[in-house]
This record gives sequence, structure tokens and C-alpha cells, in this order.
Amino acid sequence: MTISLAFSSRRFSVRGALLRDAWPWLLLLVAAYGVVPWAASAYLIDALLIPFLALSLAAVGLNLLTGYAGQLSLGSAAFMAVGAFAAYNLNLRVDGLPLLVSIVLAGLAATAIGLVFGLPSLRLRGFYLAVSTLAAQFFVQWVLVKFSWFSNDNPSGVIDAPPLVVGGIAFDTPAGRYLFALAIVTVLTLLCWRLVQSQTGHHFIAVRDNEQAARVIGVPVLRTKLLAFAISSFVIGVAGVLWGFVYLRTVEPAGFNLDRSLQILFIVIIGGLATIRGAFFGAALIVVFPLLLSRLGSLLLGQWFDSGVLEMSQRIVLGALIIFFLIVEPQGLAALWQRARRRIWIS
Amino acid sequence: MGSTLGATLPGLAETAPPAHSSPAAAPLVRTSAAPVLQLEGVSLSFGGVQALRHVDLALHEREILAVIGPNGAGKSSLVNVMTGLYRPTQGTVSLGGRRLRQVPTARLGRLGVARTFQNLALFKGLSVRDNIVLGRVNAMRASFVEQIIGVGRARRERIDARAQAEQMMDFLDLRAYAERPVGDLPYGLQKRVELARALVARPRLLLLDEPMAGMTVTEKSEMADFVRAARDQFDTAILLIEHDIGLVFGLSDRVVVLHHGSKIADGAPAAVRQDAAVIEAYLGVTQQEAA
Amino acid sequence: MSDFDWVFFAEVLTGGLLSGVMYALVAIGFVLIYKTSGVLNFAQGAQLLFAALTFVSLVERGIAFVLALLLTLAAMILLGLAIERVVLRPLQNQSPMSLFMATLGLSYVIEGAAQLLWGTQVHALELGIADTPLQLGGMMISSFDLFAAATAALMVTLLSLFFRYTRLGLEFRALADDGFAALAVGLRLPRILAAVWATAGLIALIAGLLWGARLGVQFSLSLVVLKALPVLVLGGFDSVLGAIVGGLLIGALEKLAEVYLGPLVGGGIEGWFAYVAALAFLLVRPSGLFGQRAWQRG
Repeated sequence: MTISLAFSSRRFSVRGALLRDAWPWLLLLVAAYGVVPWAASAYLIDALLIPFLALSLAAVGLNLLTGYAGQLSLGSAAFMAVGAFAAYNLNLRVDGLPLLVSIVLAGLAATAIGLVFGLPSLRLRGFYLAVSTLAAQFFVQWVLVKFSWFSNDNPSGVIDAPPLVVGGIAFDTPAGRYLFALAIVTVLTLLCWRLVQSQTGHHFIAVRDNEQAARVIGVPVLRTKLLAFAISSFVIGVAGVLWGFVYLRTVEPAGFNLDRSLQILFIVIIGGLATIRGAFFGAALIVVFPLLLSRLGSLLLGQWFDSGVLEMSQRIVLGALIIFFLIVEPQGLAALWQRARRRIWIS
Repeated sequence: MGSTLGATLPGLAETAPPAHSSPAAAPLVRTSAAPVLQLEGVSLSFGGVQALRHVDLALHEREILAVIGPNGAGKSSLVNVMTGLYRPTQGTVSLGGRRLRQVPTARLGRLGVARTFQNLALFKGLSVRDNIVLGRVNAMRASFVEQIIGVGRARRERIDARAQAEQMMDFLDLRAYAERPVGDLPYGLQKRVELARALVARPRLLLLDEPMAGMTVTEKSEMADFVRAARDQFDTAILLIEHDIGLVFGLSDRVVVLHHGSKIADGAPAAVRQDAAVIEAYLGVTQQEAA
Repeated sequence: MSDFDWVFFAEVLTGGLLSGVMYALVAIGFVLIYKTSGVLNFAQGAQLLFAALTFVSLVERGIAFVLALLLTLAAMILLGLAIERVVLRPLQNQSPMSLFMATLGLSYVIEGAAQLLWGTQVHALELGIADTPLQLGGMMISSFDLFAAATAALMVTLLSLFFRYTRLGLEFRALADDGFAALAVGLRLPRILAAVWATAGLIALIAGLLWGARLGVQFSLSLVVLKALPVLVLGGFDSVLGAIVGGLLIGALEKLAEVYLGPLVGGGIEGWFAYVAALAFLLVRPSGLFGQRAWQRG
């Protein structure tokens, strides 16, 4: 009838608009899958692209919770660690378990741990969740170091990640590992994108913007927060698996410390809270930034610019960037990108 | 453009009576059914402060009831008790005949109650349309997984919710702003969006907490028209808290006056206007300035 | 349990309470800022580290104790003022979460700057108190712990008196109570906020010196300070009394757990115990000890 016609014509134009907006991303995907594996050097892949992918995924996960649902978490690295160690142990101890299944189960393990720590605080408002997630951060790290069972009683505490084999295909070259990570990141990002567009995603935003009003309207506030936390932890857990299995090729507790948690949060802030693309912008900056800074430093200060100075300067610049973005452009790099695109489009 | 549903709605310019005409233009359909909202002996105190004292109040179907009173009279406390944000120290609140000690806030939507807020409670991160669509939350059953996949029940619910939102935007003249982030709109329009979000849920009871606060004279008059049209079109019982007395007398079927937490008058506007106690407590000599 | 070593228990408990007083001091720094500006200042730890590092480095370069103290105090006050002016004022109207994230960034800047300026080595901090054990009723108590606790208690008392009886303290409380009303009454916000942050700087200095002397001046100092957060969970984010009671509780529980539970699970639990204790507390009493924050029904 008239309604459905009016609606379907609008859907068409929406689809058209979507295509117009989406073409840079489609182009990027084509380049990412089709060009990079052949064109990029092993160094570029192993040192930059793969950590970029893992960190982006973690940031997508954290953004769901902190950017969209407005709940602050300082324990992302702990959930990454849970994911990595769970996947390792599942792979090791359960015979014949396909890798992808281990990864999904690892994500669920991260969700479970997340809910244990998150549940007491999600009923409350304010900074309680921040403290809870810090509890998770410190506790999980301690458990993984203390109980060598998790590291298969390996004397050095550092274990090798299993080979990446899916359905008989081994992803053991840099390009192969890259494609493996890329595939997982694309799928999960797509699902998260669909989520934030959906009604549930809008519930996240409603709870963030005005919890009281959301409750009065009928949005199930506690359930929404729990869902955001659960999904976020799952995604972050999988990102942890990527970090250990694909990037480092080892699984150890050291890299999953408070600094890592804060790094993911910084990525989300700099990239743009409550945007999916922000995670990628932020991760790109975080991955590339130390290299740029070290080059710049050596150039300007020569001998004096040793690793200690580099590390401290990194901290200062990073902190300053956070403050800068919060004051000047709270929507982060994603907003700057939007503005740049609009300007190009107009010109 | 526009759905055929739009054709069934009265054009506002044609049928709405002017703001300050005689009240009770719409017939009161008082059935033998229980009142939509009833407060019995409701008292509320915080520490040493007695915010409400034994307030009795009843609101019937299709009635527009205004609650007025000087600042601090307890009007906001009243609405908060009605929506379960406060638990009355004494007395009960009944919704559609069901007596309750404390209204379950999270189930308000399902009980057919919707409200707007004095200080605006829109979701700034969403567009006008998305804010209004959220008002349909109680009609949506699909899980997040279904929503991500986007077919079947989830898709139907989404299309339906959007259609309802479209209709409401037409009704309240908000179509032009559908895609705008709600925080970008001027104050008066934001208030209208909040009304739309409350109305789209098709509530049996609509609580409006100072819906015209901060508006210009024109905006107030428009809002009054919308409120009246809402009652006429959607058969909603409306309780509104307002300061602008002249507007209130023109718009409502009945007026309740609160003073220091007690009800001091309850009746048709014309009667209340003449009530000595009310005049003494509140109106003073301001009948002219209220216009 | 006739062979339970009560003396030892009392000793551990006392040690815990003493360190609890030090936690309380740090927590009050948090409460001060949270009450008046609504900001949870994650950078508190970094400020502490900065204070300790600056003092130690000045002393190591031959500057007299008292002079170094005064110079560091001046630096801390300036830092506090700078933070309020440069970082927080532009962010005035943003959400508490944004403000918190800004203090996160701030903590990175201050930590980086402190270590860039003074180096990353560990320093020992001598306050002139020998850490000799005192014998008290059969218990061995570190005299340094006593001194530290006494100093912290003195600070806490002075601060409480300050809030209660001085004009500026009254203005702090007015601002904390109702910022809008405070403005309406004519209190000059920028002046008060500057004073708030300067005071926080002073607290950071005292706490920094005490903790630095106890643990050595090193980067992990700022992590130790984070343990004030569980104290806030217990005592409420905006209650000075809560910070004191919470601090004592957390200090005591942590010490007891470390000594009695620790060996059962291989030790090292002091890194997380305070947090998990706060978490468990939330399950049982969501409104905190002093019921400041209303528990929202879900």
C-alpha cells in the first residue's frame, strides 16, 4: 500500500546514501584484503599492522562499553589476558578443538570474568565500575602469574602460541597471520557496527545520556549495562587472543598490565568515543606514534634521546594528547575526519 | 510524501480551539471504569521536611488535570511519587484501579504511563527521530541478536516503531528536524520532542512536568494546542504541572491547587479561580498578569 | 584457638591501622577535590610521585631539608594551580567521566615530566626517622610507621578543623554542597578552586614524603596511591569521615589478609586485595558505609 511504498522508496534512498558514505570503507577493505598481503613487507605486517588490528579490536570492544554505554572500564587488559590464556589452555587441553571454537570460547570466558567483577558495580552509578575493573586488572594479572597451571607449568612463564590452523589451512606466514587477524577483526567490527545501529545500541546511548529518563521510559537499564559489558568483554577477549596468538606469538601476563588497559582507553578517547571508526584511527596513531616520536627525538636531540627519554616523552605527549582532545575535540579523530571529508566533498 | 496514516489526523490549524477559550471543550467521557490515576492520602517527607500532606487526587480518562501551586508547594514531589521515584511515607497510588504502595518505575511504560521532565531528559547523542523511536521500547521484543541479523521480528518491530515515530513527528510538526541531533534544537522544540517521545508510547496516562517552562508566548500557545490535540486524538488522560496560570485555566478540564504540600482546591478552573483560599495562597492579584 | 598468637595478631592489626591512616590521608586528597569540583582526580598518584621525586632530588643535590621542603611545596602548589587553570577550567561543563579521563591524561603528563626531569632511578627518602622497632606491650611496631601515622593523623585533624572552622573551609563546604548556590551567594569560584587544588598539592606533598620514605621513591608509588580508590568505595567518594574510617578498614584488612591469607595462596595479594575487598563490600552494602550515593534500582 501507500505506506510500504513510501517506506521502501525511503529505504532505497537510504541504501543509496549508505553506499555514498560507505565507499571509502569498501575501498579500504578491498585494499586491506587484496593489496596489503602482497605489497606490505614482513616488518610492516608484524610490527605495525597486526598490533594495529588487535588494538583496534580491543578499542572497538571498549568503545561499546565506555563510548556508547558510558560505563568507564580500566581493566581492558585483564580481559585481553583472560582471552589469550583461555584460548591457549583450551587449545592445549581439549583435543581436537578447532581454533575458531577456542577463540569464541575464550571470548565467552572473558565475558564471564567480566561479569563477575562488573556485576556489583553496574547497579550503581559513578566511578564504582572503574574501581571494579581495576580489581579485575590486578587480580587477573596476579592469578595468571601465581598459578603456573595457566602457563602449562612452563618454567619461564612465557608460552608459545599454537600455530594458526583453520580447516587445514595454516596461517603461518606474515601475510597469512595478517589475513587471519583481519578476517576476525572485520567480522567482529561488522557485528558491533550493526549492534550500535540497532535499537539495543540506542539503548546503550540512552543509558549513557540520561539513565533516569531511560528507566522511566522503560529501557531495561541494568540489563542494558550488563549486555554492553558482556559484549565488550567478549570482543576485548578475542582481541587478547589476537594479541597473543597472532602478534606476539607468545602468551604471557606481562603485556596485559594497567598501562595496556589505559592504552586501550586512550585509543578510544583519541579516536573518538562512541564511533566505530574511532577505534581504528586511535589505534593507528598509538601504533605509529612511538616510531615517529623516536625518529623526531633522535633528529632533534641526537645522543641525549635515549630509550628512557623516549619512554617518558611518550607518556607526556600521550597524556597531553588526551587532554587536548578532551578539550578541543571530544569526538576525537573521527570527528576531525568527518570535518575533513565534508570539506573535501564540498570543494 | 507522508504516509496515509497522516490523513486521519486532524490538521491542527482547523480544529484546535484557541488557547484561552472556555475549557472543557472536549466532552468528559466518565465511564464507570476506575480512574486512570488515583492518589489516596499520599504523604511524603524528607527528614524534617513534609513535602506532601494527605493528598487525594483522581484523574479520569480523557481528562486534562492541571496541578498548580507556588514554588515549593510539592508539585514535583507529586510527580515523582506518581512515577515511583519517591516512595510515599503514607498513602497509595492507584494506576487504572491497581493500588500500589510504590509505583515500579521501570515498569511505567508497560503500565501505560509516560512522562516528560521539567529539565528536559532527551538523549543528546541521538537524533530527534531516534529519541522518539525509543519511546516505543515497550513494544519491542526482539533480542539484540535478532536485531543484529535484522530480519523477521526485529525488522518488523523496527519498521513499525519508525512508522509510529513518523506519525508522531507529523502530528507535532517535527518532520523537518527528524535527522538532527536533538541537542542542536532550540529549547522549545526539544520540549516538543520530549512530548513526542512520551506520546508515541500511546500512554493511558501522560504526566507533563512543566511542559511550557521557558517558552515564548507563541511557543506556549502551540504547546497547549498540541496537548489538547493529544488528548483529543489519543484518548490520553493528562496531568500537567504548570506555572502559567492563564494558560492552564484555558487548557484544563480541572485544576488542583497545592500549597505547602496540601491540596487546597480541586475543581473546574472557573471555580478554582474564585476560590478564596487559592487566591490568598497563590493568585493574589495576579489574574491580569497571568494572561 | 588457645594457641592463636593474639599478640602477633594485634601487631599485624596495628601495623595495618597505621598504614590505614596513610591511606586515609591520600583518600582525603581525593575527597577534597571530588567534593568541590566533582572530579575524581586520577592524577593524585602522579602528584604524589612528583612531590616525592622533587624533594628527594633537591636534597640529593645538596639543598637543605627545610629549604627543599619549601621549594617542593611551592612547586606542588603551582602544579595544583596550573592543573585547575589549564586542564580543568576548559572542561568545566563536561561530564564527570570526561573530567576523570582528563586527569588520567594528566597523570601521564606529570609522571612523564617528573621522571624526565629527575630521572627514573629509585631513590631512598630519608626523613630523619630511624626505622627502629618499638616494643609496645609485647608487640613490635615500626617507629617509622608510628611517625608516619602520627603525621598523617595530624594532617587529617588539621584538615578537618580547617573545613569546619575557617572561612575558606566553609567556602569549600559550601561549594561542595551546592555549587550553584555558592555562586549565587557570591563566592568566587576560581579563587576557591585554586585554593582547593593548592591544598590538594600540599596533601600530595605530605603523603608523598611519607609514602616515599616508606617504600622508596619510585614509579610504583603512584600505583600504591591508587589504593585510595577502594577506600573511597567503602567510605563514600565525598565524605572525609568516610575516608578516615575506610582508610583504617582497608589498611587493617589488607595487612591481615597479607599475613594470614597470603601464605595460603603464594603471597603477593596486597596488589589486589584492597580492590576485591571493596568489591565484596559493594555486594553487601551498595550504599557505602555512609550512604552517600543512592543505590538506583535496576
